[in-house]
Order: sequence, then C-alpha cells, then structure tokens
Amino acid sequence: MANPVVPVSNIYDSARRGNSSLEELRGIFLYRDLIFQLVRRDIVARYKRSVLGIAWTMLQPLGMMAVMTVVFSQLFRQVAGYPAYILSGLIAWTFFSQTTTAAIHQIVWGAALLNRIYMPRTAFAISAVGTGLVNLVISVVPLIVIVLFLQIPINASILFLPVSILLLTCFSLGVGLILSTMAVSFPDVTEMYQIVLLAWMYLTPLIYPQDIIPPAYRFWVFTFNPMYYLLKLFRMPIYDGILPDWQTLSIGTGISLATLFVGWVVFARKADEFAYHA
Amino acid sequence: MLKGLKMGMPEDRVILLQNVTVKYRAPEERIGTFKEYMIRALQRKVRYKEFLALDQINMDIQKGETLGIIGRNGAGKSTLLKVISRVLVPTEGRVWIKGRISPLLELGAGFHPELTGRENVFLNGTLLGHPMREVEDAMDAIIDFAEIGAFIEAPLRTYSSGMVARLGFAVATAWIPEILILDEVLSVGDEAFRQKCETRMETFHSGGTTSFVVSHSMDTVAALCSRVMWLDHGRMRSVGDPQTVIADYRAGAG
Repeated sequence: MANPVVPVSNIYDSARRGNSSLEELRGIFLYRDLIFQLVRRDIVARYKRSVLGIAWTMLQPLGMMAVMTVVFSQLFRQVAGYPAYILSGLIAWTFFSQTTTAAIHQIVWGAALLNRIYMPRTAFAISAVGTGLVNLVISVVPLIVIVLFLQIPINASILFLPVSILLLTCFSLGVGLILSTMAVSFPDVTEMYQIVLLAWMYLTPLIYPQDIIPPAYRFWVFTFNPMYYLLKLFRMPIYDGILPDWQTLSIGTGISLATLFVGWVVFARKADEFAYHA
Repeated sequence: MLKGLKMGMPEDRVILLQNVTVKYRAPEERIGTFKEYMIRALQRKVRYKEFLALDQINMDIQKGETLGIIGRNGAGKSTLLKVISRVLVPTEGRVWIKGRISPLLELGAGFHPELTGRENVFLNGTLLGHPMREVEDAMDAIIDFAEIGAFIEAPLRTYSSGMVARLGFAVATAWIPEILILDEVLSVGDEAFRQKCETRMETFHSGGTTSFVVSHSMDTVAALCSRVMWLDHGRMRSVGDPQTVIADYRAGAG
C-alpha cells in the first residue's frame, strides 16, 4: 500500500465551484492518463481476437475504396485518380462519423460509472476522438501508397495535412459533445443520428466530384455544410497537391473552433445534470 | 490547509453538509424518446413532478470517524453517497469535502473482459484518478493482495467471478484514501479473503481514514461504525450512538 501523491488543492466545495468549462478543462488535465488508457483499451480490445489485428485499420478503407471504385469509376470518369479521391474522402468522413457515434456510445456506457465515481465527463468524448485519431493516422499510410501507385505527385503541401486533421478533430469533438449531451436524456439520438449521417454523407462531395452538382444548387448544398470545407482541407494537401486557399482555411478553422467551443460549454454546463438522469 | 483556514474550517473536519437537498425533477409520464419529447414540448404537455431524495441534511464529520447510514430502500442512502462522492451536485445546500475519496461501490466496474488483468488494473487505477506512474508503483502489491498470480497476464474473461471481485477490491484499496465509501461490498469472496479485506479496513481506520458504511445488516453497522445516521424519506430521522439509533430504527421501521 502506498500513499498517493495528493494534489495540492484537494478541497471540494459545492458552493464555490468555478466556471464549469474551465473546471472540466482542469479535470481533463488531471485525468490525462485516463484518456490514454481509454484509447488504449478501445484499440487493444477491438483487435485482440482478430488474426490480422491492427492491419484492419488499413485494410478496411482500402476494401471500401475498391468497392466504390468498381461501382462508380465509370460514372465519374472525369475524376483523375478516382481511387485516391474516394479514399481520401472516405478516411476523413469515416473519422468524423465513427468518432461522433463513438462519443455517444461512450457516454451511454460510461453513465453507469459516472453514477458511482467522479471523473471529468468529457473524458469519454475525448477518448472516442483519440481512438479515431489513431485509426486516422494509421489509415493515412495506405492513402499515401495509393497516391504513389496512381502516380499522383506528392508535394510539400502534404506537410499541411496535420493542420487539416487537427481542424477535423476539433469539429468532431465539438459535434460529439453536443450529441452526447443530448443522448444522456434521449437514447434514441443514436438512431436518429445514423440517418442524419447518411443524408449528410450524400450531401458532401465524398463519392462524387463537386462539379456534378448544378451551379444553381451548389450554394445551398455546400455553403452551409461544414464537412464540405473540412473534406476539402483534407484532400487538397494530399490529393490535389496544393495548399488550401485562405478562404477555405479560414472558414474551416472558424467552424471547427466555434463548434468545439459551443460543444464544450454546453456539455460542461449540462454535465452536472447527467447523474440526475441515470 | 491554508485554504481550510481561510474558509474558517476546523483542522480535523473532513466533511461538512449544510442543508443538502437533492430534488429530482421527473416528468410525470416517462418520456423516453427525443421525438416524443419534441412533440410534447410543442404541445406544452411536459409536466414535471418533484421528488425530494434528500431534504435538508446537516452533518459535520471529523477525521477518522466511521459513519453508518441506515434506512429503508429509497430512503436516500445512495443519493447521499453520490453527493459525497461528487457524482451528484446538490440542488440546494453545500457539500464541503477535504481529501481523496475512494468509492468501493461496485468492484470491477469499468473492467473490460478482453483486456488482461494488468491492463485492467491500469484502466481502473486511472479511472479512480491515479496517474499511471502511481498504478505502476502499486502493481506488485495489487497482484499480491488479489492473489491472482500468473493470471494477471490472462484476459479478464478467463477469470472466475471471485478473482474479478478480488482484483477490483485490490485496485480500489491500493492507496490509503482520506475518505472511503463502502456500499454493501464487504461480502466479497471466500471467508479468508473477507478476513483480509477487514484487516485492510482496520489499517485504513487506524491511519485516519474516514469511512461511510451503507448496509442493511445492522450487525455490520453496529460492529464497524462510531456513529449512525438514520435516513427516512430523504430526511434525517436521528443520528448518534449506533446502539440507540439502531434500536430507534428497529422500533420505528417495524
């Protein structure tokens, strides 16, 4: 038995609590090792009993790419290097849809724990995004292989990719937090969200090139679609081989940070009520 | 300590509850889906019914006390424990706590069946708020206390239920807490292991740990506690010497 290293300020006073968002931020810092363990658990547990293990993270998007290429390549013949186009889109989209869905599942699973012990409640959404991030980084490897195989030139612009990933991460975390706040009171948010995701995916130029949408509709379909900008930011450095233009970058940054801020504040403010629901 | 002085708290006070009230606000009819909620909200048909789970609880607990909480099901015992373990913020009143809380509520909550015992110890230790370095330092002692041996490298799904409970107990009590919460958990494993658990509890107690014991067994409460609180419908019926309060409870509840 050992005496734990007790934090300096070890006093809890329900009457003197600071700003909920900042308290949550402080909690996450203190519990950073928990985030690591939760991410580790998700990755280890997912592949523990499979023969190919972590290789699935690379094979799965490649398989989907192969199927989509067979189905759509005749239709979208004007897209040069269609497999790379679809794969880059799929990787970014899968990251977004999986992490936001996982954030909901995590908070529903974690409700039993949240009812028993104290922990920063954003830990669940953050670890869901962390797990997605590990998968995303791994699946960039086959993307680079495909890009090289199709003889698409790789430029220095690829160095911008981490920034694109960071913005996508912020946006996904923000959406994940908003959804998990709702899911605590209404479990059917999960089902509803799957339908929204499907529609959203078809409204985003993921499978198809953006110019097949008639100019008259483009404004409505793309302007108010955050994923349109974030997908573009992800594709430009690696598929187009160019740095994103300022307009796309500033809109993408603005949307991501604003979503994260709103998600964090709403979640932190509502988090105290979670125990009342469960 | 400095902070305690600043707020005028006596040196050896560990927990202070002032007018702690928990009010659940439940919809009169259960609304389970978002769609249903939206429809009703639009029709302004969401009616709420208030329910007082805790009503004006006042309590001052000193370092080293073992406080028993008794009462019927639904009297507010679990709610009180939630308030103390920071899970639930009271609707009204104030909760002041000094020190690290270790809840022994449900042993092994958060364990994952596919992970090995060692991996689960890390997961559970960090869930309890310990950095990985502290878990690493305590690892040998945990494995030893849980009597797991070489099984520590095997997935948890291969464990017997007794092994899981022992490992959970070993992790939760690997560090000396300032405040310990025991909710009907002293019935883990076989007789020999129970003996070990009780020895560990005594070590904590002599080390100055403040404990909360919730049990339906009056013998357990009488044996362990220095003070007992009787909760009835969210109100504190009486508090004081174990024998007296238990006798009152038996008379009142019978």
